[in-house]
Amino acid sequence: MAQLTQRAATFQRTLSAAVSSTRCLSTASTSPISVETSLPFTGHKIDPPSRSVETTPQELLSFFRDMALMRRMEIAADSLYKAKLIRGFCHLYDGQEAVAVGMEAAITKKDCIITAYRDHCIFLGRGGTLLESFAELMGRKDGCSKGKGGSMHFYKKEGGFYGGHGIVGAQVPLGCGLAFAQKYSKDENVTFAMYGDGAANQGQLFEALNMAALWDLPAILICENNHYGMGTAEWRAAKSPAYYKRGDYVPGLKVDGMDALAVKQACKFAKEHALKNGPIILEMDTYRYHGHSMSDPGSTYRTRDEISGVRQERDPIERIRKLILSHDLATEKELKDTEKEVRKEVDEAIAQAKESPLPDPSELFTNVYVKGLGVEAFGADRKELRAVLP
Amino acid sequence: MAAMLQSVRVASASFHLPDQCSKLPAFSVCSLPVIRSERSSSLDPIHGTRSTRKVITKAVAAQAENPAAAASKPGHELLLFEALREGLEEEMDRDPRVCVMGEDVGHYGGSYKVTKGLAEKYGDLRVLDTPIAENSFTGMAVGAAMTGLRPIVEGMNMGFLLLAFNQISDNCGMLHYTSGGQFTIPTVIRGPGGVGRQLGAEHSQRLESYFQSIPGIQMVACSTPYNAKGLMKAAIRSENPVVLFEHVLLYNLKERIPDEEYVLSLEEAEMVRPGEHVTILTYSRMRYHVMQAAKTLVNKGYDPEVIDIRSLKPFDLYTIGNSVKKTHRVLIVEECMRTGGIGASLTAAINENFHDYLDAPIVCLSSQDVPTPYAGTLEEWTVVQPAQIVAAVEQLCR
Repeated sequence: MAQLTQRAATFQRTLSAAVSSTRCLSTASTSPISVETSLPFTGHKIDPPSRSVETTPQELLSFFRDMALMRRMEIAADSLYKAKLIRGFCHLYDGQEAVAVGMEAAITKKDCIITAYRDHCIFLGRGGTLLESFAELMGRKDGCSKGKGGSMHFYKKEGGFYGGHGIVGAQVPLGCGLAFAQKYSKDENVTFAMYGDGAANQGQLFEALNMAALWDLPAILICENNHYGMGTAEWRAAKSPAYYKRGDYVPGLKVDGMDALAVKQACKFAKEHALKNGPIILEMDTYRYHGHSMSDPGSTYRTRDEISGVRQERDPIERIRKLILSHDLATEKELKDTEKEVRKEVDEAIAQAKESPLPDPSELFTNVYVKGLGVEAFGADRKELRAVLP
Repeated sequence: MAAMLQSVRVASASFHLPDQCSKLPAFSVCSLPVIRSERSSSLDPIHGTRSTRKVITKAVAAQAENPAAAASKPGHELLLFEALREGLEEEMDRDPRVCVMGEDVGHYGGSYKVTKGLAEKYGDLRVLDTPIAENSFTGMAVGAAMTGLRPIVEGMNMGFLLLAFNQISDNCGMLHYTSGGQFTIPTVIRGPGGVGRQLGAEHSQRLESYFQSIPGIQMVACSTPYNAKGLMKAAIRSENPVVLFEHVLLYNLKERIPDEEYVLSLEEAEMVRPGEHVTILTYSRMRYHVMQAAKTLVNKGYDPEVIDIRSLKPFDLYTIGNSVKKTHRVLIVEECMRTGGIGASLTAAINENFHDYLDAPIVCLSSQDVPTPYAGTLEEWTVVQPAQIVAAVEQLCR
């Protein structure tokens, strides 16, 4: 706490005179502010980027809003799950928002992102709407995957978001495939293949990394290290929990994943590196407040003190809030208003999603194959739900 | 009953069994017409005259039964692996998004020479030599396909693709569905499988049975140079993921194929030899065992109808059904294992749909449920031999 106030004082001293005096969020200025990340980057076989990040008031305020939206969405999903409107598996991302938001700030929609099952907030970051998220979670027709995918299968093709995968680690070779396609088409974009500390022990990850390094694919592997692979702490699962070093011949960078600006800096750096030199691993040191999924209380393998400790000291939204307040970019009240707005948005989206109908029974057989077949498919009882496979 | 049914020529897709319909459930044969596109339009006719040619495909070697064949250009002779390569090359020329990846496909030219010379022509990125990492390079192919590329994954031996089962099943097969149709995965996964010459248990696997329940994929098995090239091209052009099963022992088959471009239909079976007494359904290498047995059977006075089903998923129930209605006896000869094999599924499908047309229970000859032994004689006994086929037909037609 003392450290933070000390830093706030430092920021005030280095504050440039060009900071805008307007307080309204929508007309915040784009004049640059220089902010230092909370921790220095640690590099493996690479020189880490500078700690000093260029940002603007507009960006900081948008970080705040986006993260508040993501946080609110996840909390709302929690309540919906407990109300049995969301079933099955639901993996929540609250606590890790800075990774999603920081990454988006450094890249374009032409770059690809692929991740595992903790995908709701990344989907939002890529341009997904709240309605599509909630409708998909509740299994309705208006969901991003027409209700047929569920929590673990959010996709947004136009936004360059390739999902949404349930099997741990299987998305990393897919991510390298996306990078391969980018290299094939020579379009100067990169792929961010995200995985967790649990998946970091999967063999296919190292296979994919080998191939990406061999062919200089523009793949950036992001290890979202929230220190627990479901219920197993990282030191119990990995002989070497320094995931950024595990690439061996592939350079790595360790980043404070609770600091959106550090994430932004690291991703920008990684994109430049990947386009010139091939793959790089970024380990985001982050934390999830919820358990692994909604069926995991999250407190049997870690203490409540630990969770509340992180929430107090490292919460990503609080960090941005303090930055905004210390730079006088908005008042306390304006930020609270933003949060209220965001809450209202989420509530409206939920109400709209609840109105959305369940998928038609004929949807059972659509999208199994792409057009071309004319074979009949039967339902379980062989009397109903006959459809011609489209 | 059989005679009455036989006299009702089932030429087109409308079958009428007035009395039967009432006591059978809704899905029964009487309303069966497998709703499929007309043969001529389902294929991709490059030249207008091609479509008639594809309907009756000739079996093996140059038997100019088809009048159209005499009128067209002489064609050229080649081996099956060359036919595969030709098909592959034509598709790579046609569409720059088509690429190949696999072990030793590039500089080495492919362990069965299917991709020989392609790396020199198209470069290392389009004909990619991968490290020995089936799981991840199959995943890579799926990821590349999600962006619009059309990769062809070669498993050096089909058995190695078991390592990539998760990628094939979950990502290849199911992504189109779980993304609500946003992504298509136009990959082709191909490789040689089947029992070879004393290759040992792990290198003689038949994966058709393992892959057949994966929703979202199509499976085809080629057996002649003609259908190998046609199916390869069709598989590459298909928007669905297709698994193309080749057979280790068939790569050196020689046949004369047309010079003109042709594409076959992935969902159609091939009538190898029309007949009257019994329908023999087979695919891949067993086709040749069946044809050998057919010679013996013809000498003994039988008239078997041999159909190479080619499409293992989905089955061409239209062609099969027409045949069953004609002959009323079915023998399935396959190289798959007895338990849970293609034959098992086919038996179930025919029984459900054509039960009334059968005069005898379906007989299915498959490989034994054992790991393929190394010793030559034992290996022979694992697989169905022509003598067994002859015996089965005689038993069936009694």
